[in-house]
Amino acid sequence: MTKHILSRRSFIRASVAAGGGLMLGFHMPIALAASISPRTQATTTAIGTEINAWIVIDKDGTVTLRISHSEQGQGGITSVAMLIAEELNVDWSKIKTEWADANRHLRNNKEYKVMNTGGSRLVRMQHPHLMGAGASARERLKQAAAEAWDVDRSEVQAKLGVLTAGNRRGTYGEFAEAAAKVTLDKEPDIVTDPAKWWLLGKSKQRVDIPHKVNGSAQYAIDTHVPGMVYAAVKASPVPWGTLKSYNFDAIKSRPGVIAVVPLRAVPKKRGQADIQDAVAVVADTWYRAKTALDLLPVEWEFGDSVNASTASYYAEGHRLVEQPGVVSTKADPKAAEIIAASSKVVTASYERPFETHARMEPINATVHVQPDRVDVWSPNQDQSQAVLLVADQLKVDPKIVFAHTMFLGGSFGGGGAGGTGVTRQAAEISKQIGKPVKVIWSREEDMAQDKQRPLAVAKLTASIGDDGLPTALFTRAAWFIMDGTARVGSAAADTVIYNMPYKFPHRHHERHDVKTHIPSATHRAPGANQMGFMSESFVDEMAIAGGWDPLEWRIKMTEGSPDWQRVLKTLKEKSGFRTDLPKGEGMGVAVVASHGTIAAACATVTVSRRGRLNIEKILVVLDAGRVINPNAATEQCEGSVCWELSHAWTGGLELEGGRFINTNFDTYNLLRIDQNPHVETIFASSGGKRWGGLGEPAGPPAPPAVANAIYYATGKRIRSTPFRSHDLSWVETKA
Amino acid sequence: MQLTLQINGKRETVDIEPETPLLWVLRDSIGLTGTKYGCGIARCGVCTVHVDGQPMKACQLPVSAAVGKQITTIEGLSTTSSHPVQQAWVEVGVPQCGYCQSGQIMAAAALLAKRTNPTDAEIEAAMADNLCRCGTYQRIRQAIRRASELLRA
Repeated sequence: MTKHILSRRSFIRASVAAGGGLMLGFHMPIALAASISPRTQATTTAIGTEINAWIVIDKDGTVTLRISHSEQGQGGITSVAMLIAEELNVDWSKIKTEWADANRHLRNNKEYKVMNTGGSRLVRMQHPHLMGAGASARERLKQAAAEAWDVDRSEVQAKLGVLTAGNRRGTYGEFAEAAAKVTLDKEPDIVTDPAKWWLLGKSKQRVDIPHKVNGSAQYAIDTHVPGMVYAAVKASPVPWGTLKSYNFDAIKSRPGVIAVVPLRAVPKKRGQADIQDAVAVVADTWYRAKTALDLLPVEWEFGDSVNASTASYYAEGHRLVEQPGVVSTKADPKAAEIIAASSKVVTASYERPFETHARMEPINATVHVQPDRVDVWSPNQDQSQAVLLVADQLKVDPKIVFAHTMFLGGSFGGGGAGGTGVTRQAAEISKQIGKPVKVIWSREEDMAQDKQRPLAVAKLTASIGDDGLPTALFTRAAWFIMDGTARVGSAAADTVIYNMPYKFPHRHHERHDVKTHIPSATHRAPGANQMGFMSESFVDEMAIAGGWDPLEWRIKMTEGSPDWQRVLKTLKEKSGFRTDLPKGEGMGVAVVASHGTIAAACATVTVSRRGRLNIEKILVVLDAGRVINPNAATEQCEGSVCWELSHAWTGGLELEGGRFINTNFDTYNLLRIDQNPHVETIFASSGGKRWGGLGEPAGPPAPPAVANAIYYATGKRIRSTPFRSHDLSWVETKA
Repeated sequence: MQLTLQINGKRETVDIEPETPLLWVLRDSIGLTGTKYGCGIARCGVCTVHVDGQPMKACQLPVSAAVGKQITTIEGLSTTSSHPVQQAWVEVGVPQCGYCQSGQIMAAAALLAKRTNPTDAEIEAAMADNLCRCGTYQRIRQAIRRASELLRA
């Protein structure tokens, strides 16, 4: 023990020496970067003159930009600030940022246009109004200077916070008050040509990072409100079961226990953020609430859903893909005819299980209900949505509800944790108890009751012509989605399958939207994350059956689509893809488009004779049109690959008896550092009109690239995930 | 039960059941929220703190077992984010959502205190308990190597 203390002490000395005595090669020193407070607020506090809802300029030149989107690790704050600063033309080091006020957004008829942050939409969809806010402010500053100097606005230059015309010079700070009063005849255009940008396109350190290395970043789960109590909740283990009874007497003498609050689902309300039947134990600490909840006797009635399991859903899915479904795109009856008449047909079925978000920050919310004001701290991908949810739950005017924007401990779809019923639960409990309440779902509750990525099955069939290329493609997909609705976010059961970019002479796509009681949600790269594995594994099956190299097949089949060709040819050039490696080694490729971005991957794997998989490297090549912050974009690609391999290799949320059975990290396995491949990211940007997202698209091609590589390494074709459930062992065959 | 703890060099007294995990004492009794809750079963590492210099999962450590020991949390690793691991984390740009990073940093700091120049295998072994859902593993490896350089410079 003494030894450890000594080594720790010497370590601290070494740290001090290193910190104090060295110049460190920061890419962007913290002091010179745009900043944000680690603390949170519901209303804005910037000092200075408000030029428009996003921009406040103080006399000393300090520019505060209001961030109208969530920071969920994707660099949201930095992206919003960069987009505005590009047009406003201010020194990056002089920028402060603060969260935009969600209540104001709603009061003023959606003043920030969109406060939702998801679907990799921030840059690709919101750039017109964010850059527009910067451009408008810049022109108004120029106009104010032009009027003061009696020159035409076109003679005024605005650069890095300084206005000049001839020998006249003034700062944005000096003209901010006058600019706020200017009305422009016409709002200026924004610059979308990357060649003309001065700030966008250059790597910037994310402004949230300094708070994320010292414990100061505030997440919703860190909220402390004076007088606050804590709640641990348990919803019906089989989702949408009915709470029959519970016995508060069994736990009420336990330390700190205050109450049990039963929560009831609202009939026919099973959508985003609606609540289920549940019991909440309220106590003076969360640990006391949780341990009491574990001991609380509760009876549920589950109904027919107890018969559902992963196996029963797969069986039902395989049955359905043999039957006609809803036609997903334009029907082509010739596809089936050609396949029926063909002498060479390839057919394969694929399966993907449920997966869960498992954000590292467990699902939680804090609500403080007071007679004239309600405060909300909810990890939501849309702060304005948190206001509306709570107002609806409490039947109060949204104007008195204030959502505090927090750092999100991951989001990955589903609206963040705020897309579950947790925010309504906290509102309801606070109302009933009369105190601020922090609700935290235990990890088991989080995994069992989150909104999940749907289980899916697909069958693909193709006929192969004399040249080895397909003559027709016929597909049927089935996924298991809450109440049988057609979509999760923008994804349908076969979006990526019917969007395959290849020039099939004939193609026909059908789908089944199958009802389940399991709540469904978007899940980073929805649709593409599951179906990319199916479509791109099948491409290799078609190519190999036709005697084609799988990468050459993809290049051939995308002739006439220049963006796809650029991505695939860049992948070919950079990856050194080959199919003739010794047994036990393999490379595999795949390409999937999602969120406006084309993403190709090449995986390099080894598989030991006993079947141990090692994914050595994933190279990803993407065309998002343009990249505003290459550093953050690269991080997102690395993360997306890890995300998808977590499900494809190690994950799989298992349903049995109508409920999920592997609901913590001992049984729901995510990729760990020793499994994570090296990811290399290359942007093959087309520019032009393409504005693609980058928070998600690098993930979907990774699993099929790995499965295709496993085929070359072992001769085994993997048609379901997780890969860990397959025996990948192989024996040397004599050449 | 009254317990006295040494946390980040300060004495803290709490009145709590002795079996309460240290995690909840840090977060809810003392207000040190940099240490996070992730799984409650010591399988994700977001609650990693140092107890007498050793990395421990605070969610499974009864507070009574930490009495008489030096407890260090992310808030106590340095006062100005100047620990070489923190510096390297900023330089390499490791955190994304950031929720797991207190635990990652504490695990990395404990490793480097023991092995100033760890091998890749030692890095992986020391960090395999710490999950990151954002997928920052690649940068964690890179930042540990950088922190090692800073330490040895």
